[in-house]
Amino acid sequence: MTDLHSDTIAPEAPEAPATDSPEAPAPDTLVHGLYREGEPIVDTKAPRGPIAERWNTRKFEAALVNPANRRKLTVIIVGTGLAGGAAAATLGEAGYNVKSFCYQDSPRRAHSIAAQGGINAAKNYKEDGDSTFRLFYDTVKGGDYRSRESNVYRLAEVSANIIDQCVAQGVPFAREYGGLLDNRSFGGVQVSRTFYARGQTGQQLLIGAYQALERQVAAGTVEMFARHEMLEVVIVDGKARGIIARDLVTGEIETHLADAVVLASGGYGNVFFLSTNAMGSNVTATWRAHRKGAHFANPCYTQIHPTCIPVAGEHQSKLTLMSESLRNDGRIWVPKNAADCEKDPRQIPEEDRDYYLERIYPSFGNLVPRDIASRQAKNVCDEGRGVGPKVGDFRRGVYLDFTDALKRMSAEAVAEKYGNLLDMYQRITGENPYEVPMRIYPAVHYTMGGLWVDYDLQSTIPGLFVTGEANFSDHGANRLGASALMQGLADGYFVLPNTIRDYLAKGPFPKLEESHEAVVEARASVDARVQKLLSINGDRSVDSFHKELGNIMWEYCGMERSEEGLLKAIDLIRGLRDEFWRNVKVLGAADTLNQSLEKAGRVADFLELGELMCIDALHRRESCGGHFRAESQTEDGEALRHDDEYAYVAAWEWGGQDGAPTLHKEDLVYEFVEMKQRSYK
Amino acid sequence: MNLTLKIWRQAGPKATGEMVTYPVSGISEDMSFLEMLDVLNEQLNARGEEPIAFDSDCREGICGMCGLMISGKAHGPEVTTTCQLHMRSFSDGDEITIEPWRADAFPVIKDLVVDRSSFDRIIQAGGFISANTGSAPEAHSVPVPKPKADRSFMAAACIGCGACVAACPNASGMLFLGAKITHLGELPQGQPERDARVVNMLTQHDDEGFGGCTNIGECSSACPKEIPLDVINQLNKDLRHALAHGE
Ligand SMILES: Cc1cc2nc3c(=O)[nH]c(=O)nc-3n(C[C@H](O)[C@H](O)[C@H](O)COP(=O)(O)OP(=O)(O)OC[C@H]3O[C@@H](n4cnc5c(N)ncnc54)[C@H](O)[C@@H]3O)c2cc1C
Ligand code: SF4
Ligand code: FES
Repeated sequence: MTDLHSDTIAPEAPEAPATDSPEAPAPDTLVHGLYREGEPIVDTKAPRGPIAERWNTRKFEAALVNPANRRKLTVIIVGTGLAGGAAAATLGEAGYNVKSFCYQDSPRRAHSIAAQGGINAAKNYKEDGDSTFRLFYDTVKGGDYRSRESNVYRLAEVSANIIDQCVAQGVPFAREYGGLLDNRSFGGVQVSRTFYARGQTGQQLLIGAYQALERQVAAGTVEMFARHEMLEVVIVDGKARGIIARDLVTGEIETHLADAVVLASGGYGNVFFLSTNAMGSNVTATWRAHRKGAHFANPCYTQIHPTCIPVAGEHQSKLTLMSESLRNDGRIWVPKNAADCEKDPRQIPEEDRDYYLERIYPSFGNLVPRDIASRQAKNVCDEGRGVGPKVGDFRRGVYLDFTDALKRMSAEAVAEKYGNLLDMYQRITGENPYEVPMRIYPAVHYTMGGLWVDYDLQSTIPGLFVTGEANFSDHGANRLGASALMQGLADGYFVLPNTIRDYLAKGPFPKLEESHEAVVEARASVDARVQKLLSINGDRSVDSFHKELGNIMWEYCGMERSEEGLLKAIDLIRGLRDEFWRNVKVLGAADTLNQSLEKAGRVADFLELGELMCIDALHRRESCGGHFRAESQTEDGEALRHDDEYAYVAAWEWGGQDGAPTLHKEDLVYEFVEMKQRSYK
Repeated sequence: MNLTLKIWRQAGPKATGEMVTYPVSGISEDMSFLEMLDVLNEQLNARGEEPIAFDSDCREGICGMCGLMISGKAHGPEVTTTCQLHMRSFSDGDEITIEPWRADAFPVIKDLVVDRSSFDRIIQAGGFISANTGSAPEAHSVPVPKPKADRSFMAAACIGCGACVAACPNASGMLFLGAKITHLGELPQGQPERDARVVNMLTQHDDEGFGGCTNIGECSSACPKEIPLDVINQLNKDLRHALAHGE
């Protein structure tokens, strides 16, 4: 467990500034032999004062950029999901010169498109007692008191503007017969504040942002680079000044320079190989920035979503989410007796069914937060009461039953609300959910962790901003349903455009030539890495490494984590990473479309991230939100937080190629919400 | 099951392509079509042959990135996307041909991957409502009758996959275009730019080399989102209005 030097890695960019590459520390200063503690983070740049005033204060204090100067300022935005697309459109409208990047063939395909259930906003259209403060409160509580009050309040505050903006763009939200917007309650809250568009909310919101983006492309303010993958960030004099990207069609390695860089590259759930993320979702953009000095915060906070279609076999390439809105009307159960698990569920009488969520959590029932619903599903399956076919020698599935809803509401009403989800289920499993209860099992879905950012969404690298799922900022240790879309659009439309101007007002920064030493070096490191990957020519495919990494992560850094397991995982990951760089087989050439090469680069970064996730999980010896430590639970198996020791953000600084990472703690102070142990009983 | 695949291989945009035959075995009916290709690609990689390039991302039928001509049908035999097609739709011993979308406006990049950026340029020409961030009125200030909102949503469900073009003997993009016209035209917010939108988008459509519509209807039957043919009627109607209004 002690050998920190076991990983052999491809030629790399030189380490970031001197402070980022400590000399190899003496082993005795390392905690667990793995990491060091550094200076705490004291200032997040959030204004002081009453929480409801802070965002206004910041907007007022942030410097303005004269409209005539905006054209001279270039902003690179990596990502065209809600967070990146909305920001690109908004900054383009404001007159900045924007360069927008995505790896798909069109910005409209960013993975935000796949979000199903809805988007929260504190509109209180239902007059059910909702308010900005309640959305703020619910989000802080839902995040298990591991998020920042100032950020979350701002999120709740701008949420209402998001809906206005989207409606103005023509987003066809669900409406009532009177023509007004419909709302539903969603994922662990007791008010109806979720706006939706059937089960395709993310798609509709993204199309709105995409169309606004294309309008700016036509207007000439945004230049679009689709089928481009960012592979490195360019840092000059300590500031982010551009990126190195590969044109995925021609293979050309390109340099793009700018006055500021925004990463809106989404989440890193694919470190688990199987997740609900898109095939191309990756950590590369943020990881490359991390290696250049951006702190990575709370990497171990991952959300395992309770309602996904179970794994069918070895060939599985990804997992499909069934929106948890299904939990509003569907009831979750398993047989009381393991002996019934093979039976046709329709033959199992009511008294032999265990509606375990309703039993354990009578007041929230099937609507408990995701982490709890997931862990309980795991528990009943671990007890041998799982249902569905065996994969390996285990049944991993629980029933999600619409029988009662079909009796109460009619099949038409169910189809109107959930039709596309139920159809999708049938398509994938070959079973008709109107007749047979569906089977679901938890799957990796969202990553709360991400690059550390201050209140302005700026990382520890000046000029490098991070928005959406790629940052860590708003969801603490657990995200409430329908709040990622809210955060993506809040960041993109309203927060970043107001905070980045404070930075840009200091520019334009000195003109950079592509021949600048730092630019040349960044580019050379990308070239070298591509060549290295193509030259290994070993025996194993990229996917085989990715799957093995995913298994390690799921087993030891998934729904339940323990010291013993995590230490083992770290060893295994190091061994695997070592083998990857000796034995991966990537065919094809550098100068054409080469999907194996793309995957290889992403997996290489996941192999480094996985280790940091395990270290983070290991150091946090408490259970909070999506992070459940076996060593920290109550007598009846519920998560046990330790606020006295762990009420902080863990921001990790890259330790250099062979060094150990350094932990910087940002204390979380609660002035407006009282910290309580969550209880949904 | 065991299958014989005949797959289009083309090294690059300018290279000449050819159909290559690959037998595959041990395919389970629970696999998706693309997982079946993943299996083949792993085998090719192990043999030292370059894997087949094909596009996919969400694999949930929503991003629109995937799209193959499967035995002559866009997205294959079912009404769904290629990524949501499962092998239970095929039988042991089947021979399946797999080709990229074929259309002048969608040039082949490599193997089964095509360039659909022409669709983005059609949207740039007017497929939006001009509403700068921050300028929006309160969402409830303009109610939208539910039938209009529902029809708008139905049309907005288009995923931009291009199957309609691939299925059309004229390689027309009218279903895609009509869907956008209908999505925005049904909403009160979409009215101010309605006339200009249809004229500009249609001009771009034609400039990109898409063909005209001769009412064959193959597009709508191939569409995984079941966009109905009447969006093309809507397009024509809007166009007549726009021309009458002097656009
Ligand atoms: C199946 C599913 C359902 C969901 N349902 C909901 C829901 O109902 N409600 C809710 O609030 N949230 C939901 N979420 C979560 C939410 O959709 C995401 O967290 C959110 O959309 C992320 O948006 P984003 O803009 O940060 O990133 P994404 O939308 O993931 O966009 C990432 C962008 O970055 C680009 N990119 C990434 N890496 C690179 C690189 N190296 N170079 C160039 N470009 C790159 C991609 O091309 C893409 O454009 C769901 C998520 C999933 C997976
Ligand atoms: S209209 Fe249908 S077939 Fe055509 S691009 Fe849209 S979803 Fe695809
Ligand atoms: S891969 Fe997204 S629709 Fe098929």
